[in-house]
Amino acid sequence: MSVVSPLTTHPGRSIALPYAGRVSLADLPGGNLSWLLDGRGAAMARFAELGLPDQKVEEWKYSNLLPLAKTEFTDPERTAAEAARNEIKRRFSKRSAAARLVFVNGLLDGTSSARAELPAGVRVIGLADAIAQEADLLKSHVGEFLKQDGHALAVLNSALTADGCLVILEPEAELELELLFVAVPDGGTPAYHPRISIHVGEGSYLSLGEQHATLGGHEYWSNPVADIRLGENSSMRHYRLQEESVQAWQTSSTKVWAASGASYENFIVATGGRYVRNEIEVVLEGEGSSCDLSGGFMMGGEQEIDNRLRVDHTAPNCVSRLSYKGVLDERSHGVFQGKTVVRRDAQKTDGNQLSRALLLSPEAVMDAKPELEIYADDVKCSHGATVGELDCEQLFYLRARGIDEASARRLLIAAFLDEHVQSISDKAARGWLAGAVTGWLARRETERAA
Amino acid sequence: MLEIRGLSVSVEGKEILQDFTLSVGAGEVHAIMGPNGSGKSTLSYVLAGRDGYDVTGGYVTYRGKDLLALEPEERAREGLFLAFQYPVEIPGVGSATFLKTAVNAVRKNRGENEYDAMEFLKIIREKREALGISEEMMRRALNVGFSGGEKKRNEVLQMSLLEPYLAVLDETDSGLDIDALKIAAEGINALRSPERAMIVITHYQRLLDYIVPDFVHVLAGGKILRSGGKELALELEEKGYSSLTGGTEAAA
Repeated sequence: MSVVSPLTTHPGRSIALPYAGRVSLADLPGGNLSWLLDGRGAAMARFAELGLPDQKVEEWKYSNLLPLAKTEFTDPERTAAEAARNEIKRRFSKRSAAARLVFVNGLLDGTSSARAELPAGVRVIGLADAIAQEADLLKSHVGEFLKQDGHALAVLNSALTADGCLVILEPEAELELELLFVAVPDGGTPAYHPRISIHVGEGSYLSLGEQHATLGGHEYWSNPVADIRLGENSSMRHYRLQEESVQAWQTSSTKVWAASGASYENFIVATGGRYVRNEIEVVLEGEGSSCDLSGGFMMGGEQEIDNRLRVDHTAPNCVSRLSYKGVLDERSHGVFQGKTVVRRDAQKTDGNQLSRALLLSPEAVMDAKPELEIYADDVKCSHGATVGELDCEQLFYLRARGIDEASARRLLIAAFLDEHVQSISDKAARGWLAGAVTGWLARRETERAA
Repeated sequence: MLEIRGLSVSVEGKEILQDFTLSVGAGEVHAIMGPNGSGKSTLSYVLAGRDGYDVTGGYVTYRGKDLLALEPEERAREGLFLAFQYPVEIPGVGSATFLKTAVNAVRKNRGENEYDAMEFLKIIREKREALGISEEMMRRALNVGFSGGEKKRNEVLQMSLLEPYLAVLDETDSGLDIDALKIAAEGINALRSPERAMIVITHYQRLLDYIVPDFVHVLAGGKILRSGGKELALELEEKGYSSLTGGTEAAA
């Protein structure tokens, strides 16, 4: 049985993306490396076949990519980083991690980054730097990324990626790493496709904090892809804060392969973007591996977020938890598409899914589609989805104690999210993401008052 | 303190209270007794301002104000307190945070200074110890995982912190064993004062052994059938509601 998910092919049900046709592959980093150029060419050919999925494709039925396809995107200007450095330094201080890479419009800015204190057994190198200086290392670790088995946007990333990073942990190594992606105005409508390739060796531990933010309120498209390989008994905690501009398109794909005994924890907090696609796929291919994919999203205005999570249990005794909570205000739209596949050999699988949404406005919409696909006979799997408004009994109870209606509502919304954020195992990350939730609530309050 | 005159209230078109009249003065404790479905809880919710109750006639004056024109939070800040029959669980809202928010909202309205976290901890400690509420309970989410008795004691704790002028206790005895009932009653009695009035709503006479009322009213079919002193409760205990209602309670 194949351990790789089926190809997402949808002939005749796609949208052309004129922007992609205008990019010259030979001008991207590594144009002189024939294997890389060939790989990009093959990926581009594959993308041309696939096109952007339209809404007739099942897993894209809640997303309309037509406005994205029509946008005249441009390549990011390299000069934007220098102009933004001071502002980045001021606005986004490094938290406690040992190392931080800063990407401006998808391109690594070495000056803003901090890599001096890397522990032993760890390599962290920018993708463009690796292409220029360590082509063999790149080929052996990232050659994979040119495989065309993902969905259209991941394939497009393979063809067009200009930068990103390669993170390698030797066995029994430990690393705490921050990745900061900042979008800054550069006079155009930049589109970029950062590629993150992560290899966590046997028994190693990686804590990765990703932050996606914007200086300014301009339109752009960020299409990051992360490939993560977890060795035996390794563990990774992967946290992402997404606070892009409400004009931004963000389509991100993360794919994880977990060897036996490996554990992967992912928690996202998303408040930004006009359209956000958060796609995470985990293949539990080693016995006793586990994953926890959780997230909280808070949207307002016309914002849309489409979370598509997939866990493929191919080995026995694995555990997967999918748990997303969303707060939707005004005319925003949230989607939870969860799929847990349990292959025939994956006996004793323990898998559950939960999607909960709070609608703050009669015009907000939540679509939840939790699915189980089970071929093994001895498994414990469940799924659930709830969509509701604030509980009027709870509201009345708070008001009957003298708390005004607006404060009571805020208290209940914060409680709904906070309960979820408290499940994050890393204490520092918990504080970081809880702060982002509080920040969103405060901004919402200020906007309402204005 | 409180004047209810000719109050008629409907829920989803069904009349629950009919021409209800009651006058409560400062320092008085009134017990309202009645069988299930007589309108006891409706009375408490209408006074506290819950949605879904249509007032079709009459008026309520509280400390000189038109009570029914106020929002629930305004009533609470004006010193009206409802001890809920079924206190609501609120996951994610810490008990201590909730109490501080509520107490400060009420104090602010009275022109008193708001407590800071340290001051509040000190005040809450003394009050909760008297009610046998542990510090650990205060760290939990509001009413979540509390037993029936703990929820009721938590209501009494809130009342003692909010120091209301008028407390409406809606079946505070239900779900309590005798020891828990005694603790709750002690807490409530400690709050009796010449400036404070209480309306104690109960099905059973038992609670009134511990909270001795000045007046007892029998509610059935949405109106007061009889009023008297504390001996009326004992008479009810002996003869049952049907002796007073002439068997109408089944229809109510």
